[in-house]
Amino acid sequence: MTAVLQILFDALAVGSIYALGALGIALIFGVMRLVNFAHGDYIAFCVFAMLVPSTDVVAIVLIGKLPAILLIPIILLIGAVISVLSEMLVFRHLRNANPATMMICSFALGFVIQHVLLMFYSSRPKAINLWSNLSLPVEIFGARIPLLQLLTIIITFVILVALMWFLKRTRYGLEMRAAAEDFTMARMLGVRANRVIMTAFAVSGLLAASIGLILATQTGVADIRMGMPIMLVAFVATVIGGLGSLPGAVICGLLIGAASVLLQVFLPLDARPFRDAFLYSAVILCLLWRPDGIFAPRSAKQRV
Amino acid sequence: MSLLSVRDISVHYGQLAALRGVSISMDEGETLFVTGPNGAGKSTLLKAIAGAVRPSSGSISLADKVISGQPPEQTARLGFSMVPEGRHVFGSLTIEENLRLGTGIRADKDRIEGDLETVYEVFPMLAERKDGQAGVLSGGQQQMLVIGRALMAGPKLIAIDEPSLGLAPKVIDQVYDTLLKLRDSRGLTLLIVEQSSTRAMLTGGRMVLLRGGKIVLEGDARELANDESLRRAYFGFGEH
Repeated sequence: MTAVLQILFDALAVGSIYALGALGIALIFGVMRLVNFAHGDYIAFCVFAMLVPSTDVVAIVLIGKLPAILLIPIILLIGAVISVLSEMLVFRHLRNANPATMMICSFALGFVIQHVLLMFYSSRPKAINLWSNLSLPVEIFGARIPLLQLLTIIITFVILVALMWFLKRTRYGLEMRAAAEDFTMARMLGVRANRVIMTAFAVSGLLAASIGLILATQTGVADIRMGMPIMLVAFVATVIGGLGSLPGAVICGLLIGAASVLLQVFLPLDARPFRDAFLYSAVILCLLWRPDGIFAPRSAKQRV
Repeated sequence: MSLLSVRDISVHYGQLAALRGVSISMDEGETLFVTGPNGAGKSTLLKAIAGAVRPSSGSISLADKVISGQPPEQTARLGFSMVPEGRHVFGSLTIEENLRLGTGIRADKDRIEGDLETVYEVFPMLAERKDGQAGVLSGGQQQMLVIGRALMAGPKLIAIDEPSLGLAPKVIDQVYDTLLKLRDSRGLTLLIVEQSSTRAMLTGGRMVLLRGGKIVLEGDARELANDESLRRAYFGFGEH
């Protein structure tokens, strides 16, 4: 029983991070058909923003030293700002470009951010000590769960509820949902394109910053490539969730997290190094079964 | 002073000219039908006014402000409300959300609730299902929803692209009855695109006939009805 609980919490915690990442990607894709591969680099950027630029192995924490009540809003703000800036400086000028062009540019932007970090912080991963007491375990029904894991799950849940409220109950949310479904029609009803897209980027940046905070606490390492693997899995989650579907992105993010934890536990020892091969085979099967994704939004289908 | 004035606009899709030097002008409270065969440029004309496509030459002004080259959200703010071809209902939004979407640009916020009630009175079917998803509505119901949605933006001018497309004759009558009632009660100006000129003749008003991206005939719809030149102009007889 405790073992089952342990696995469940593991799965939820890993899945939560993927779900947050997938959500950030799906939001942007919804309003401007852009798969933003720079999203992973926003995550790394937010983590490094806590440190003093230096090439030493041990990180010198700057704003990371602030009390959580200040640090968290500042990092979230940094995430939102870099995301909105990349929209204003790069993606705004590509709005009418085809999706492939935009995607390539997002790759390029990602590399630019990565190399800026490289220039100031060097490529060596840095040890970073953020709220280390959060890794102490707590006991829930006999299972020993690290406090951080529990927090990750709770934070994700809170973010999801807040985002749902934002999308369903506010004017911005209504406009964003409408724009995601039919951008031109929304504009003809007076929805301001720039405002909707910037809001989407801001929210997406907030999500990236939250992932950065969770990851930095969890791993205790700041690495300029730390966002890439998350971004990749999150992207896969948005694709099998049906590109543009927010619930699909969240559910599939959780599913992939769960699947990778379960494979890690139940695969025979010899096969475990190849866990990801099994995982991505499942993804391929999933796409063969449902090429448009499991929760393809109505707008993606051809209507007569 | 005319409410809408389109001066000599041309629109090109790549090499292809969809409109060549079209001019129309509309007074407040007027009804204008734009008719013509497939590919005549009717929808392009509406899209150009709405700001969804950019004219390659000419200018468009609404209430004395130049709108050609402006983004669609700007044109909407000047009182132009569009019901495009294919209706474009937001299927994942509820019916009421669809109706409220266009109200963000209104200056007279205090009249929104009253207008919503009016729309629900005119289309009781929408009131019954106001919290249901709009995607499940039938074609006729969707047509009513998008007309209601256009009204909720509090426009001076409503442009409708083929309101009768895909609807049963009885429903078409209903849609037109409603439109004309609304026009008379609120002083709306109607710009209606229809492929056939029959509806224009039944309803009355001014009519222009587009063919090959040009206006080939213009006049009072009822007077043109008995005119042999209409059929000639529509099909292009006697030109080659």
